[in-house]
Amino acid sequence: MDNNLSHNQPLSGRVIKQKARLSGVQKRSIKNFFQALLFLSPALILFILFVFIPLFRSFEISAYITDPIGRLAKFVGFQNYRRLFETPDFINSLKRTLIFVLYTVPTTILISLGLAVLGDLRLKGISFFRMVFSVSIAISGATASLMFLYIYHPTVGVNYLLSLVGVHNMTWLVSHKTALMSVSLTAVWLQIGLNTVILLAAMQTIPEELYESAMIDGANGWNKFVHITLPMLSSTFFFLLVVDILAAFQTFTPIHIMTHGGPLQSTNLLVYSIYREFYFNGKFGFAAAQSIMLFFVMLILTILQFVFVERKVYYE
Amino acid sequence: MKKMDFDRHLLSKLGQYLILIIAAIIILFPIWSAFNISMMSDTEMGAYPPIQFPTGIRLENVKRALTQAPLGRYLFNSVVQSTLVMLGQLITSSLAAYAFAFIDFKWRNIFFLLFLSTMMIPWEATIIPNYLFVQKLGWTDTFQGLAVPFMATGFGTFLLRQFFLKIPHELKDAATIDGCSHSRFLLTIVLPLARPALGTLAVYSFLQTYNQYLWPLLVTNNPSMRTVQIGIALLQDEERLMINIIMAGVIFIQIPTLTLFVVSNRQLIRGLTAGAVKG
Repeated sequence: MDNNLSHNQPLSGRVIKQKARLSGVQKRSIKNFFQALLFLSPALILFILFVFIPLFRSFEISAYITDPIGRLAKFVGFQNYRRLFETPDFINSLKRTLIFVLYTVPTTILISLGLAVLGDLRLKGISFFRMVFSVSIAISGATASLMFLYIYHPTVGVNYLLSLVGVHNMTWLVSHKTALMSVSLTAVWLQIGLNTVILLAAMQTIPEELYESAMIDGANGWNKFVHITLPMLSSTFFFLLVVDILAAFQTFTPIHIMTHGGPLQSTNLLVYSIYREFYFNGKFGFAAAQSIMLFFVMLILTILQFVFVERKVYYE
Repeated sequence: MKKMDFDRHLLSKLGQYLILIIAAIIILFPIWSAFNISMMSDTEMGAYPPIQFPTGIRLENVKRALTQAPLGRYLFNSVVQSTLVMLGQLITSSLAAYAFAFIDFKWRNIFFLLFLSTMMIPWEATIIPNYLFVQKLGWTDTFQGLAVPFMATGFGTFLLRQFFLKIPHELKDAATIDGCSHSRFLLTIVLPLARPALGTLAVYSFLQTYNQYLWPLLVTNNPSMRTVQIGIALLQDEERLMINIIMAGVIFIQIPTLTLFVVSNRQLIRGLTAGAVKG
């Protein structure tokens, strides 16, 4: 608008007006900035109070030994981190978390891919099945854990049905050999809904012409799946891989409800270990060091995802 | 010849339905089994082989669950917490998204990156300082302690901004010429147009908050302030409680969110796929 006004100025006048206009623009940009800040401030203040300051405080606490109610007592530098890797409990919990990731992530993606292919069929009533396949989105971690707790129950649980097909005396949560697998099954079931929904949405963005021209070339269903569907989903798979790994690293509820980390520490995953260290043992510094480790795992994965997806965009 | 083709077609369709039904049964099994147990009488609980189909509708198990634990009160707490978080996110996200979409200001990209970066910081990495902070504020066992930390999200801001950007800029220019302020333009033009996106954020944030576990576990000690997820998990610790009553409670507290899931399926799925699928 400033430009429009100045067009009508005589040449000599324009030079004089130049200064005034510039400061007008500056004034406007300052006004815009403060107006924008006003709109951003509610979210910004909350972020500062509950995300940014706490993140720095996590780093700070991790460099201290605290008293049992969390007040900083003694600066120890990196000692908490060094102690982490000398503590068998933490190494165990890191190991169990990695195994948990290996158990859950590929299983979740494979099952969800199967369900998404089924949900992509062009049939009457398919939207009902899509809803069923994604139902675990609506189920909370707590209720799913309780449901599975009693599926694993020795008398009312699924063991009787399994015995009909020749599988006897599954130990489920009772034995340290099967407990993590049993928890994983719950986590997979909980995560399938989200994965299926995202895969289905991605499948629907694949251009129909690709399949049509493949059909003209005489490709059968399997060929189309392997040579069109799977490659077209590659960035979605990567996205899910990151989302699922992060979800696995953050798993807490099923552990708290089903196993309390046992038997024999076999299900003592990272977040549960953090919770126990600060909430019960009052070792805030030690727990904060663990949570910072979690932060870096998440950061690296997110950066990897950005790098990969950005490159993917270029190729397309 | 034509008839045979038709038969084969029908057969493959039937086969597809059969596979779909089997898959649906397997996925629904955990919910079915919880429902089945919740309908058992106490004597049926001891039967061997275990009963696989309900022999009747037994609502008294829900009633017993409700007398064993104040599930109604817990449900109320969860609904209040989730509603507060939902309203908070709608307000903070639409304000911030408005600035990002309609105001041209210095360092806009830097601020936007700052907002996005909050999505990469796992809640668990900040949970200890947050727990200490909320304690220091005296917010333990309060609704503000349960809700305020979650009232702003990078995700919500991002979701609404994407939608706001689709609103034609001419509308904004015309409004400016008419002397319409930012806040009036947001209230009278942008928000009514953005109803679908607001609906998505509302459903998504409500569901997420209702299902929270670790945070309410940390900041509520008083039984009257417990949320429903913590309450249901604590039922399990009551030694004398029968499993059928616990499962009746599980079904009871799942009904609101399952209903929300069915009723607003489209909004919810739009929210879940917002960050994942391009185009």
